[in-house]
Amino acid sequence: MSDINNFIDEKVKSNDVFLFMKGTPDFPQCGFSGQVVQILNYLGVEYDSANVLESDELRQGIKDYSNWPTIPQLYVKGEFVGGCDIIREMFQAGELQSHFENAGIPVKQTA
Amino acid sequence: MSVRDTIEATLTDRFSPSFLEVEDESERHRGHAGWREGGNTHFRVRIASPKLAGLSRVAQHRAINEALKPQFDAGLHALAIEVES
Repeated sequence: MSDINNFIDEKVKSNDVFLFMKGTPDFPQCGFSGQVVQILNYLGVEYDSANVLESDELRQGIKDYSNWPTIPQLYVKGEFVGGCDIIREMFQAGELQSHFENAGIPVKQTA
Repeated sequence: MSVRDTIEATLTDRFSPSFLEVEDESERHRGHAGWREGGNTHFRVRIASPKLAGLSRVAQHRAINEALKPQFDAGLHALAIEVES
């Protein structure tokens, strides 16, 4: 595996919830990334994130890692869960909350 | 053929959809990351197809993204996907 693959692999496996996004949770630089941040914050889930705009290598690397062409990308317990549309649909259906709970991740707010 | 029409033709060919709408939303993302003069960067797809039924959401999106890989390689930046049943 390449260095960037190792970096991504380490991030998603050492954090229960990890978001690859454009910008930061405090200052998202893309509306799609911003939506996922809002949902995670609303649910009170603890997560870490990486800003793909800081590294072209990461920006391409994450697309190759997941074979998924767009950002944001949310990982739970090392597993790719979805991009913005999927996360929003899961949230609206209550499935995201149960996904976290089934993974043993505390959700503070239940919608 | 425009990018929008190419996306529509590709998805029609691949999925024989019972419902399909392809909308160019590039103008709504003017000035945002990935936007460029001339548009053709941000699209929204609404689709219903028996070929997507029964797949997980991730598998549905993967199938659509895979079908449109040439468009992504050519500069398609964002694709919002709504799969309807």
